[in-house]
Amino acid sequence: MQAYNLTHLKELESEAIFVMREVASQFENPVLLFSGGKDSIVCAHIARKAFFPANIPFPLMHVDTGHNFPETIEFRDKFINKIGANLIVASVQDSIDQGRVVEEKGINASRNGLQTTTLLDAIEEHKFDAAIGGARRDEEKARAKERFFSHRDEFGQWDPKNQRPELWNLFNGMKHFGENFRIFPISNWTEMDVWQYILAEGIELPPLYFAHQREVFKRDGVIMSTSDFIEQKPEEKVNTMTVRFRTIGDMTCTGAVESNADSLELIIEEVAATRTTERGTRSDDKRSEAAMEDRKKQGYF
Amino acid sequence: MSEANTYLDMELLRFSTAGSVDDGKSTLIGRLLYDSKSIFEDQYEAIEQTSKKKGEEHVNLALLTDGLRSEREQGITIDVAYRYFATPKRKFIIADTPGHIQYTRNMVTGASTSNLSIILIDARKGIIEQTHRHTFIASLLGIPHVVFCINKMDLVDYDEAVFERIKKETEAFASKLDVKDVHFIPISALKGDNVVNRSENMPWYKGSTLLYLLENIHIGSDHNHIDCRFPVQYVVRPQKEEFHDYRGYAGRIAGGVFKAGDKVVALPSGFSSSIKSIDTFDGEIEEAFAPMSVTLTLEDEIDISRGDMIVRENNQPTVSQDIDLMICWMSNKPLQERGKYAIKHTSADARCVVKEVRYKMDINTLHRLEDEKEIGMNDIGRVSIRTTKPLFFDSYKRNRITGSVILIDEATHETVGAGMIL
Repeated sequence: MQAYNLTHLKELESEAIFVMREVASQFENPVLLFSGGKDSIVCAHIARKAFFPANIPFPLMHVDTGHNFPETIEFRDKFINKIGANLIVASVQDSIDQGRVVEEKGINASRNGLQTTTLLDAIEEHKFDAAIGGARRDEEKARAKERFFSHRDEFGQWDPKNQRPELWNLFNGMKHFGENFRIFPISNWTEMDVWQYILAEGIELPPLYFAHQREVFKRDGVIMSTSDFIEQKPEEKVNTMTVRFRTIGDMTCTGAVESNADSLELIIEEVAATRTTERGTRSDDKRSEAAMEDRKKQGYF
Repeated sequence: MSEANTYLDMELLRFSTAGSVDDGKSTLIGRLLYDSKSIFEDQYEAIEQTSKKKGEEHVNLALLTDGLRSEREQGITIDVAYRYFATPKRKFIIADTPGHIQYTRNMVTGASTSNLSIILIDARKGIIEQTHRHTFIASLLGIPHVVFCINKMDLVDYDEAVFERIKKETEAFASKLDVKDVHFIPISALKGDNVVNRSENMPWYKGSTLLYLLENIHIGSDHNHIDCRFPVQYVVRPQKEEFHDYRGYAGRIAGGVFKAGDKVVALPSGFSSSIKSIDTFDGEIEEAFAPMSVTLTLEDEIDISRGDMIVRENNQPTVSQDIDLMICWMSNKPLQERGKYAIKHTSADARCVVKEVRYKMDINTLHRLEDEKEIGMNDIGRVSIRTTKPLFFDSYKRNRITGSVILIDEATHETVGAGMIL
């Protein structure tokens, strides 16, 4: 008798495809948030699979801080072109120019927090009722309590103590006018699952994820790439190192790790042996113990 | 084989843990994560610091699972937290649920997607009311495997007699419930006995350690592979030249095995056809089974939309508007007899009216309280409902996917009830 068993990756993929199709069915105007990072690339890949042979029935949106790695933008445009999707770019620079937000000052200035306003404005402007994102529960402990279908009020706020219970695979996307949802199809994936899936599916990634030579300096123990967007202190010495990035965000808050892993196989071996979480390289999470929870409440992912 | 490839061939086991703070549930989870090397250094350092700041003697592993500020402040778990770890054999998803009585709804939520439930019993206290409640919920939610961990064996001198007594009492109690596969393991989560490593303190115990059991328990039969059920989730109609006449029915198989060429019937229309192809992004496949997400095309053009169900001709679900449920209530506003709610079942949406509350369960004594009709937050009871349109369902015992519903408050849109079809 044949064993009707799926591997863990196939089961996670099937679950994520199911969620994508629920979004397309339950919402009128969904959008897939695309940062050019590996998690959102995996989400876009799964969305393609979910609706094949049709195209993805909703646009992709990039919240552009203007402080991206140039490699990310190059990859983004190539990727969008390849899969034949529509891309909307929501710009933090525009929000600053319109006086919606004020740029942070000082040495650790980052536009990471400003993204929330740009995102919420874009959701309102385009009347999106669901925004799909690649956040995972294993990333951070406030995220461990996030739902697949995460309800947001008309201010885009997350109320962690008043979340809808989520049972079986029955997702409740009912809402009032003006409210919207954040949807996390790869909630149950770990960093390792994502890498294994990328390997198994032969998914292309921005070169930043692979070991390369780069001019860097150290701040609070985090290896940062030199860039026009960061003010360096005089004592912060620039070195050329062989590094790669475990996550890709803004140049101002994304740290690199020293690594020689220049292939997916080597990255997976490295991830298996690593003793710190991937967000350990993110200075935006280090601001306080509840940094992520607070940002999420305000509407961050 | 390189490390990268060995990880590609693992199974997924979802389990839930129930128990209160005193049972050592967090310690057990911490032990599993720690001994399987799934706690990262920065996570460990963060909780080490917090423990110190609070003046605690040991590193408090419970802090790992308390994700929200209010939980950390109060030192209790409020919500279901999901944890992940993997061994070379399996990937595990833990639904960590709080065990206090007021959080029955969280336990039910965590249990709804689990293949296995770990129920902790304090060896010093034996079976308490809470054990009854946890076991009842595991049985009600149809969890295929239940593992009773008799914890804190170190505090009863690793005494076999204590273990055997609790085991016997639990067996007697569990036999009244519908739990299929039951296991007992004497452990000490704090000291690590029989969690990941075999205990040298209990040579009398010949069974497997908890992790060995989690890695090897047979879960291949947990899905229904007998009754073919395909709830149509989404209709794929590409607006492309090369797929001009393509009409595919996308969905996740809820039961049985579908093969190309199978004779099928679409509900509710009752029209017959046969499966032309089972499509995926990676190409056509010969057969598909639960829980695969696929797209079916049929030989004949029949009108099928979301909420319909494709089944085999000779094995059809119950089609009815009158449904009996066990319901777990999840809202501060009690269930209203004659009240109307929105209802979700597979991919179908409808409305329903609660015709009658038959009884409320006392979930500690398992008595049916026939005179109590008020079902409030965290209560479980039996109700009869009538839906605005027929649903296509199986009993929850037969199929957890086609046998489950949720009730939604039409004004607030909150999920207020979880129902299991009898």
